[in-house]
Amino acid sequence: MSKLVLRDVVKNYGDFTAVDHVNLSIDEGEFVSLLGPSGCGKTTTLRMIAGFIPPTQGTIEMDGQVLSSPNSSLPPERRQMSMIFQSYAIWPNMTVAENVGFGLKLRKLPAAEVRQRTHEILEVVQMSHLADRYPAELSGGQQQRVALARAIVVKPSVLLLDEPLSNLDANLREEMRFEIRRLHDEFRITTVYVTHDQGEAMVTSDRIAVMSAGRIEQIDAPYTLYNRPKSRFVAGFIGRTNFLEGKLAADKVTFDGFEIDARRFGAAFNGSDGSVRFSVRPQTLKLHSAPLANGAGGCVIGGKIVERSYLGETWDYVVSPNGANLQLRVSTLPSQVHDVGDDIWIEFDPEQMAVIA
Amino acid sequence: MTSTSTTIGELDTRRPAEHTWFRKFLNLEPINLLWLAIFLFLLVLVAAPIGYLIKVSFEETGTGVFTLGNYISAYGRSRYVSGLVNSVLLGLATAAVCVVIAVPMAWAVSRSNMPMKWLAWAVVLGSFILPPYLTAIGWILMAGPNSGWLNWGWMWLTGAESGIFNIYSFTGIVLVIAFNAFPFIFLFTKSALDLISTEMEEAAQILGADTFRTTLKVTLPLVWPSILGGIIIVFLEAIALFGVPALLGIPARINLVTTQLWQFFGYPLRLEVAAAYAMPLLLITLSLIYVQRLLLARKGYVSQSGKGGERRPIDIGGWRWVLLGWCFFIGLLAVFLPAGAIVQASLSKAWGLGMSWDNFTFDHYRAILFEHSLTREAIANSFTFAAGAAFIAISMALCVAYIVTRKLVPGANVLAFLCMAPFVIPGIVLAIGFYAAYASPPLALYGTALLIILAFTARFLPIAYGTSAAGMRSINPEMEEAVRILGGGRLRAIRSVVAPLLKKTLLGGWLLVFIPATRELSAAIFLVAPNTRVMSVLIYDMTEEGRFEVVSALGCIILVSTTFLVWLGFRLVGRDFMLRER
Ligand SMILES: Nc1ncnc2c1ncn2[C@@H]1O[C@H](COP(=O)(O)OP(=O)(O)OP(=O)(O)O)[C@@H](O)[C@H]1O
Ligand SMILES: [Mg+2]
Repeated sequence: MSKLVLRDVVKNYGDFTAVDHVNLSIDEGEFVSLLGPSGCGKTTTLRMIAGFIPPTQGTIEMDGQVLSSPNSSLPPERRQMSMIFQSYAIWPNMTVAENVGFGLKLRKLPAAEVRQRTHEILEVVQMSHLADRYPAELSGGQQQRVALARAIVVKPSVLLLDEPLSNLDANLREEMRFEIRRLHDEFRITTVYVTHDQGEAMVTSDRIAVMSAGRIEQIDAPYTLYNRPKSRFVAGFIGRTNFLEGKLAADKVTFDGFEIDARRFGAAFNGSDGSVRFSVRPQTLKLHSAPLANGAGGCVIGGKIVERSYLGETWDYVVSPNGANLQLRVSTLPSQVHDVGDDIWIEFDPEQMAVIA
Repeated sequence: MTSTSTTIGELDTRRPAEHTWFRKFLNLEPINLLWLAIFLFLLVLVAAPIGYLIKVSFEETGTGVFTLGNYISAYGRSRYVSGLVNSVLLGLATAAVCVVIAVPMAWAVSRSNMPMKWLAWAVVLGSFILPPYLTAIGWILMAGPNSGWLNWGWMWLTGAESGIFNIYSFTGIVLVIAFNAFPFIFLFTKSALDLISTEMEEAAQILGADTFRTTLKVTLPLVWPSILGGIIIVFLEAIALFGVPALLGIPARINLVTTQLWQFFGYPLRLEVAAAYAMPLLLITLSLIYVQRLLLARKGYVSQSGKGGERRPIDIGGWRWVLLGWCFFIGLLAVFLPAGAIVQASLSKAWGLGMSWDNFTFDHYRAILFEHSLTREAIANSFTFAAGAAFIAISMALCVAYIVTRKLVPGANVLAFLCMAPFVIPGIVLAIGFYAAYASPPLALYGTALLIILAFTARFLPIAYGTSAAGMRSINPEMEEAVRILGGGRLRAIRSVVAPLLKKTLLGGWLLVFIPATRELSAAIFLVAPNTRVMSVLIYDMTEEGRFEVVSALGCIILVSTTFLVWLGFRLVGRDFMLRER
């Protein structure tokens, strides 16, 4: 059964629609990210789940009970959720231990249990040696851990995180994403995670909901999302890609300067005649310095290297197929060296070309 | 800690769509009910007194029938009209003197390499600590005709028959008010000068201008809007002040708006005429504050250009000693001499006998602190009324600041507006409004402590609100949301997080209201009854009776307590205390 359901949720600010008919259903123990560019409505959605903002339309349900509707909204303090804020919101007037134990005290647990559980969770986030410090004496990463501990220790029914890593430096950010995932694997708390960093979302999430202008464009597991983006926006937002326009006619897709047998696109492709668009990831294209023996079956075309840049882990080439007004990005291993102006053969893998709307 | 779903059973949720009104009620936040109470209380504090003032000014005495007669009485006699004119002249003259005093000081502190800059700050602070009526009393002791210290000195030096100084004069009033009000211009000018980068001045110097010309032609024009802002505040202070004009002007038969208002409150009481006569004061204040806002809103060309630039003090050679001498001279006139005269008088059997061991006594302190119930009550009244007003003002201000910054109710800005409104109401006008609204039946609050506490609360509410709003803005709302999402209500969040974080701000704000409230005269004099007299009113009454030694001892108590509280404020809040708020 779904744990948390957003049914047709809309939030308007005057004429402006910040969240636009969002439908989302999250399973018990699942980790779902809301990913999207700045201003797309992620925070607004999250704060509606938390109960800080009532929806203009639609309902939010947990375990089959309506929490939020336009008429009435259960206040945040009665939702049994936890949230980690962008600013961490660690209370500076309380020590680390007091911060972490606060939620337990609110639940009127006996003092001994509060101490016990606070201690346990501080061990888990490796902060027990700093239990009596005040937040002003902590580094950003340590504050982050306190915020995590404080949110998890109450065993919330849903954990909400709003760009919790955006104030950390790059290295720490990398470390903390794995930490967050590790804590999720340990406690299996149903989690909604807001971020605009696709790397963060890919590492932590079971599923990612990509948002744009208040709408959810696509919800899928990271692998599917990356390899089978359904829209131009999703393909472009998650990683780099090439867009190709083609025309489907008589079992053939004709591109600018070359064509590919439609049957080779596999089961995923069942378009009707007309124009089709593809997203082709740079690392699914292969470059060859000599024409292949006939095995590739028409998916190899000649071209020229237009630009190149060496990124250390990869080469980044821009190639232009012969006879086409087209430029493609190709990413190859560092060992594959070509010069600008070289003649080149580009191999497509139709299985890895995603049809987008 | 493995299962995460155990708590769901306790979740407080109801079936969807059933009894929506019931759910709405259950989901209501208690704090939403508070704002109505606050709104009503603010109406009582601010809107009703002003409303009544205006209403009464159109009513016939006794009958309450609509009439324009009060205005005809108030402006129908040349004596009353000349009071208005004199007040305006007083305001202008005081502002001019303040500019002469304060602009060189501000420039010296901000731009030059004058030594001992702390002296200028000490003078400014001292002038704030000395209430105007005490400065006036100090100067009566020094420059009363034929009796003040300066006149004695003059006669002794020259053998003249009579002294040359007479503080009971228009000039005397202007100088004494200026000695109290110049810090406004000092602070305005200094903060504007602080924003001008050295580069702007150097640009002029490269073109061949010397330091003096640069200052005159480049620097001062840049800060002119701020100086003008300060001038407006000084002008408004001067025309609304009661103590100094009453102490120095009434004996000299110089008629001013505030003293005339006081006379309307004599016997027979002419409340309706007083209300009509107070209108110009209210309107002038309203419009000048508006002008001042416009002036200071245009400060773009000062502040923006200045931020990045480097600032180096200008080497002014020997002139720095001249400027230091000026600061010292002003300190002498505004603070050290009048305060010294008061301390001396308070310790003398008779202040005119001079400083000798025979003349030394602690009797006045013993008398006012332990013997006279009148003075003891007044001292106790001053502190309890001030404490009460500070407490109410800061609590109200905090609630409103909270509601406004958290946007809890639509139209919360109306509450903020009401809190700030007394800023444009002169204390004396507010007091007359309170009298009109609450002194007589049905409420009949005249003679109660409540009336004075409420008036003080209203008078200093803007200070309390300014502090509270600044404090609230410094707290990230996520701090509270973190409490709420973990299961604490809003009130719990306020108690556990907001209040502790605001502790210092609130204490500072409380002091900022408490300090001026312990010495307030203008608002008190119209509202006190014999049993609710406060120190300032007693000082005024006893000065009229010529009991300078006792008056001085009371004054010293005010000075000592104020100094202590200011020190406390600096300890608690840091360097920004007081100076920022003005
Ligand atoms: N209280 C409000 N009143 C009016 N508009 C608002 C309000 N809150 C948010 N918005 C608007 O709604 C849109 C979505 O805001 P939201 O904060 O949800 O964006 P976000 O996806 O979290 O962006 P970011 O990544 O920058 O945090 C924005 O365009 C924002 O300007
Ligand atoms: Mg956001």
